Amino acid sequence: MTTIRTPEPRPAEPAAPAIAPSPDETAWRRRHLLDLDDFGAEEIELLMTTTDAMKEVLAREVPRVPALRGSTIITLFYENSTRTRSSFELAGKVLGADVINVAASSSSVTKGESLVDTVKTLQAIGADVIIMRHGRSGAPYLAARHAVCSIVNAGDGLHAHPTQALLDLYTMRARLGDVRGRKVVIVGDVLHSRVARSDMWLLTSLGAEVVVCAPPTLIPQGLAGAGEGQLPPVRVETDLDVAVRDADVVMALRMQNERMTGGFVPGVREYSRLYQVNAGRLARAKPAAFVMHPGPMNEGIEISHEVAHGLQSQVEEQVANGVAVRMAVLWLITRVGGRSRT
Amino acid sequence: MSPVIAMSRDDIRRAVTRIAHEIVEHNRGTQDLVFVGMRTRGVPLAQRIAMAIAGFEGEEVPVGSLDVGLYRDDLTERGPAVNIQPSDLPEIAGKRVVLVDDVLYTGRTVRAALDALIDYGRPRRIQLAVLIDRGHRELPIRADFVGKNIPTSPADDVRVRLYETDGDEYVHVAAAEGAEVAP
Repeated sequence: MTTIRTPEPRPAEPAAPAIAPSPDETAWRRRHLLDLDDFGAEEIELLMTTTDAMKEVLAREVPRVPALRGSTIITLFYENSTRTRSSFELAGKVLGADVINVAASSSSVTKGESLVDTVKTLQAIGADVIIMRHGRSGAPYLAARHAVCSIVNAGDGLHAHPTQALLDLYTMRARLGDVRGRKVVIVGDVLHSRVARSDMWLLTSLGAEVVVCAPPTLIPQGLAGAGEGQLPPVRVETDLDVAVRDADVVMALRMQNERMTGGFVPGVREYSRLYQVNAGRLARAKPAAFVMHPGPMNEGIEISHEVAHGLQSQVEEQVANGVAVRMAVLWLITRVGGRSRT
Repeated sequence: MSPVIAMSRDDIRRAVTRIAHEIVEHNRGTQDLVFVGMRTRGVPLAQRIAMAIAGFEGEEVPVGSLDVGLYRDDLTERGPAVNIQPSDLPEIAGKRVVLVDDVLYTGRTVRAALDALIDYGRPRRIQLAVLIDRGHRELPIRADFVGKNIPTSPADDVRVRLYETDGDEYVHVAAAEGAEVAP
């Protein structure tokens, strides 16, 4: 069924449910996914169980369901991406939606079109969901303010990358059961990492003990001794050998090449000597500990080759879980204020 | 209007036993039978039917569970009901599948279940067993095995409660319109 339609205006958030949910059904009221900092435990739980169901779909011989048939999803990426964009694209397709990819570098954005105009154009085409990555923190909020369709943040500046944090949590829970009381060490360029920010918020809100480890130049100001208001309650430790002690999870962050020359660290070799996640350091963590990385990895710099592909690595599981988590997000946000699908 | 008890726990037990016998009689045994309970309350019903058959026939019929959330076409009419869970099905290709649900109403859930089942394989036959048939079909679907036919108005609230899912056991019918029925 391909009819061109103009998007109907939807009620402003929070959309009141038309019918009160029965007691055995949890309500979901979010039309956009912008950040996780205001998520409740119940919503996280719903996302995780929905992801379980999506994993089952992905395990089928023909992984395809008609849940979002007739919906149009547009990915709008102002920054390069392989796994996030293709993972969202696949998630939409498995759910039966039509997915269109727009790279800002080859679109009218290069002619000077504003973000708001681009979003309005895409929803006039018929977008039900716009998945957006932007270099500026907060850009998805601006888009959401002007959009009648749903906006999903696929990474904005240094601010947030909510679906990455959700897939990290899902991957951890698959191994640990519950993250409460578990020690998660995040090592690397926390200062420039939206993944780390989203992970810190999500994991601490669920009671995990998060330790952040990096050279002092790569730790956000004020993060040490934080815990009130703007910053999540994490512990800062600059010595990785100390930080990994008894850890359940060690997460290495990508060391971006431009940071190497930006005066943040003395040099690649010194950085990897002090902060590389390798077998020797991993041996100090719990025996069942595992390693994660949001990708793309610089093997030999922030993570050693043997650890990246070793038995304790969950990096490939992270990527696989990413599709299921994004299916769950797309499914849930399109339940709200959407039009009837027949 | 206060709710009317349409089925007591004993009524439900008898209906399940009778359906179990009817299924075995109709299929001339349990060869190639597979039960698929539709979440949520179809699952315990399917398990009970299988248990009853194990009791009088001595045969084990595999029981699976099916969540049709991703196949529905009427979600927006039901409000933001979003809970979905993984389906767990035994091999159904070439089998005689009996779908089991608590209430048959518009038929849309069954339609969704048929779509879902066919995605998992090609059953030889699909039959339908329900505890309650309350009428008002919107699709050409009928049940092969029915616990009880209850004539209702579309405004009525039919509430099935089972021990396994709700900790209590009964079927209530109440003239709805927002009237909350105490469980």
